[in-house]
Amino acid sequence: MEHHKLSLDQLQDSFSEIHPRYTPNEAIVEAERCLYCFDAPCIKACPTSIDIPTFIRQIANDNLTGAGTTILESNMMGHTCGRVCPVEELCVGACVLGREHRPIAIGRLQRYATDHIFENDIQPFDLVADTGKRVAIIGAGPAGLSTAGELAKRGIRATVFEKQELAGGLSTYGIVVLREPTNVALEEVGFVEKLGVTVRTGVEVGRDVLPEDLLREYDAVVLAAGTGRVPPLGVPGEELEGVVEALPMIAATKLADKDGTEALTRIRVGNEVIVVGAGNTAIDAATVAKRLGAERVTMLYRRGREEMSAYDHEVAFVRAEGVDIRLLTQPVEVLGEGGKVTGVRCVRMRLGDPDASGRRRPEPIPGSEFVLPADQVIKAIGQEKLVALYDAVGVEHASGYVRTDGELRTSNPKVFAAGDCVRATGQALTVTAAEDGKIAARAIARQLGVAEPVPARDDTRGRFLHATVNEFGRIHG
Amino acid sequence: MADLTTNFAGVVSPNPFWLASAPPTNSAYQINKAFEYGWGGAVWKTIGDPVLNVCNRYGQFEYGHRRLIAINNVELISDRPIEVNLKEIREVKKLWPDRAVVVSAMVSSNEAAWRKVVQQIEDAGADAIELNYGCPHGMSERGMGAAVGQVPEYCEMITGWVTAAASIPVIVKLTPNVTNIIPPAHAAVNAGADGISLINTINSITGVDLDSLEIFPNVGGKGSHGGYAGPAARPIALHMLSQVASDPKVAASGIPISGMGGIETWRDAAEFLVLGSTSMQVCTAVMHYGFRIIHELCDGLSNWLDEKGAGAISEFVGKSVPRIGHFGDFDLSFKTVAVIDEEKCIQCNLCYVACDEGAHQCIDLTKDGVRVDPETYSGAELLQPKVREEDCVGCDLCSLVCPVDDCITMEERPRERDSFTWNELVRTRPEVTTDWDAMVAFRREVGIEIH
Ligand SMILES: Cc1cc2nc3c(=O)[nH]c(=O)nc-3n(C[C@H](O)[C@H](O)[C@H](O)COP(=O)(O)OP(=O)(O)OC[C@H]3O[C@@H](n4cnc5c(N)ncnc54)[C@H](O)[C@@H]3O)c2cc1C
Ligand SMILES: Cc1cc2nc3c(=O)[nH]c(=O)nc-3n(C[C@H](O)[C@H](O)[C@H](O)COP(=O)(O)O)c2cc1C
Ligand code: SF4
Repeated sequence: MEHHKLSLDQLQDSFSEIHPRYTPNEAIVEAERCLYCFDAPCIKACPTSIDIPTFIRQIANDNLTGAGTTILESNMMGHTCGRVCPVEELCVGACVLGREHRPIAIGRLQRYATDHIFENDIQPFDLVADTGKRVAIIGAGPAGLSTAGELAKRGIRATVFEKQELAGGLSTYGIVVLREPTNVALEEVGFVEKLGVTVRTGVEVGRDVLPEDLLREYDAVVLAAGTGRVPPLGVPGEELEGVVEALPMIAATKLADKDGTEALTRIRVGNEVIVVGAGNTAIDAATVAKRLGAERVTMLYRRGREEMSAYDHEVAFVRAEGVDIRLLTQPVEVLGEGGKVTGVRCVRMRLGDPDASGRRRPEPIPGSEFVLPADQVIKAIGQEKLVALYDAVGVEHASGYVRTDGELRTSNPKVFAAGDCVRATGQALTVTAAEDGKIAARAIARQLGVAEPVPARDDTRGRFLHATVNEFGRIHG
Repeated sequence: MADLTTNFAGVVSPNPFWLASAPPTNSAYQINKAFEYGWGGAVWKTIGDPVLNVCNRYGQFEYGHRRLIAINNVELISDRPIEVNLKEIREVKKLWPDRAVVVSAMVSSNEAAWRKVVQQIEDAGADAIELNYGCPHGMSERGMGAAVGQVPEYCEMITGWVTAAASIPVIVKLTPNVTNIIPPAHAAVNAGADGISLINTINSITGVDLDSLEIFPNVGGKGSHGGYAGPAARPIALHMLSQVASDPKVAASGIPISGMGGIETWRDAAEFLVLGSTSMQVCTAVMHYGFRIIHELCDGLSNWLDEKGAGAISEFVGKSVPRIGHFGDFDLSFKTVAVIDEEKCIQCNLCYVACDEGAHQCIDLTKDGVRVDPETYSGAELLQPKVREEDCVGCDLCSLVCPVDDCITMEERPRERDSFTWNELVRTRPEVTTDWDAMVAFRREVGIEIH
């Protein structure tokens, strides 16, 4: 199971960002198509409510610094989001032009603007005087970084503890390079650090520092630890050599993006690869396996297409990559020889009555077992929840998710939580993690008695001054 | 961050952007809302004698799918009673002491009427008065608006009445519907005006309905010239601004100019700024997109000033005025040629046809470096345009039609002879400027070859 039919050049091509950056001409042509709608639906469809028509107009007007600032003001993770957001489901899906023409490519434009900020090392936010308040954040993924950056805007200094060697969470380790080069995630970490945030990598809370110490030493603690490893499949043969988890494999390709294409040749990939699962992570793992040189990649999912959580555009993408998706198929045993994987025994399924979640329950069809040959099996059936950490910090949780109120307060008055570890319902996305950071920072500031930040510019310089007008001003004479 | 505070003839506003006297400044409701959004000032919709408006009032000029490149209107001055306007002006000014509240007025051409309206405006607490000498339709037929603005003597006389009566600054708004903007500008200076604003709208007809043969705007089957404004009017406004700003008499008087005509983005505003506008007024862009554009106007302008290292906007007022010159003083030895970047070229060959049929036949279409006649060429491979540099007259047309950024650039070439100007020729070799034979001999003498 070594590859290497692929040359370094081929690998380099296969693991580069898919969409090239817009040229200035492309960006302006696209930006000028924007109608600059009043009460634009794209703003409402963005979980962080970026003022999209404004930033697009700023691009059209050649005010790229202004455009980038508009984005980052609403979304600290805007540099990542422009690349990774499922925009078809969010802003682009809401664009009114989609109804009679082609919607605006908002993600591409967003990226064009934030690239300008990061490439030119522009710091759009003024440093805010230290209020002396201190917050500890567990996890330097999008949720933790967004919270930290938003706190910095209020003069509250955060220290972010990250168990991995690099900060950025799944932006650094999880989202495939085709969508987000590793460097983009790391630039974003640097951006937040420059606001006065301390990021301490290689420090695991619960092992290297204790939750109780954080609770004692800091004014508040934020749990933003995401989720854990892929759980076991629970079938015989799982221990065989060649059965791997999706995330470490994807992570290896992310690190190779930073360390050089050479590193890609050291990632083990099979020729006949089976991916178990059909969510977006499974899609990414299948893509990675295919692009690393696997001959045949097959995804197994025990339900039907309707029940798949992966987005349509992702499914279309992975099919175009040449990946086979076998629906209504469940692995029952991993087969092996000499300790190594040789295949997967599967059973065909059919859909029965709806279960508690409303999805139709898959049931095995008796006598329908068959074997698919495989020399690698990639597990991508969701992630375990970090329940032990929740308990160590002393917060209530349910079904693996930290329980919070609408302001992301947990059962422990000193502890807030954000990101994937609270996302019991709805899609776990970078952009929702970023929005959580805003909500949590606002709530923490209120709890610590810190005033809300003044907008970058005051009203007379062109900022909407919320209704100072008395009744008469609104009445026609 | 650059300081955008603007002082226009003593009227101070937090930024240079004022709403122009027009529908967006029709009422307290609108101006309050605009000030909430951050507008630095507003010139109240012209108040004055009773009027009745028509439907439809507007027409538009669109280009491709871009709407409202310009608007055209046959609207009159405010159709709300003057007392209602005055009451609201008073209330708005009380609410917004830091903003510029200017009131535009236009009344019958007699001194008593002007004295009265000046008094009313001052009593309402306005910061300044703007005299509307520009309205090109409806009011001019009644001897007001452009009818005044087009006759410098009237302009001077009425402005004189107003400046004599007023204790607040008086701004004279000029009409562009004149062949020379300078005499009315001088009239304003002579009469002691404290500021000049320009331009009002330009006479225009925006189009004809090819089914009904009615013209736009269409008032029950009839149309008439209406006032043209918006982005497509900007080059004309910039020209008139530059004329007034570079006029020695206006400059000597030291009175500021409030520029307008097609300002939609901060870039437009920056152009007005460097051509001599102290404050900038906006109408059409607000009618199109609303008050919210103020955010980007301020943000973009201030980022640009920061990039330029300016501490305050005032440092950039008129920065380009010294660059306005006369044709007779241009350097006739200055040389540029078109250069095509073949890496960027997408071979649409618009430059070829432009040069071949609309200019000087200096671009060839080539295949493998060899010239090809496109009329007879039947191959599938795209042809590559190449400039014959020795023939290029440096007109710039090809680079203007090229759809690819930075693909065709006009590159400067060393002068092949000492600099000289037309005015110098007129002085030193007058025969060359009047006699073709002498000109041909002169060209031969200095080595100017025109193929
Ligand atoms: C393969 C994959 C692809 C994805 N693709 C997309 C996409 O295209 N678009 C999109 O919007 N979303 C995508 N997502 C989802 C998105 O990445 C997450 O929703 C987002 O990263 C959540 O942010 P977070 O900060 O809550 O968690 P994470 O990004 O998981 O960050 C949590 C951090 O906490 C750290 N941590 C955990 N425990 C501890 C501890 N005890 N001490 C210290 N640190 C700790 C972890 O190491 C990690 O760095 C994808 C996810 C995966 C897995
Ligand atoms: C519909 C409309 C009505 C206008 N009414 C007035 C007016 O009452 N008084 C006046 O001085 N100018 C009036 N103007 C002219 C504007 O104040 C301004 O000079 C002109 O529109 C140029 O600016 P713009 O290109 O930003 O629109 C009007 C313009 C429009 C489009
Ligand atoms: S117009 Fe520009 S792009 Fe088109 S052929 Fe000419 S040089 Fe090339």
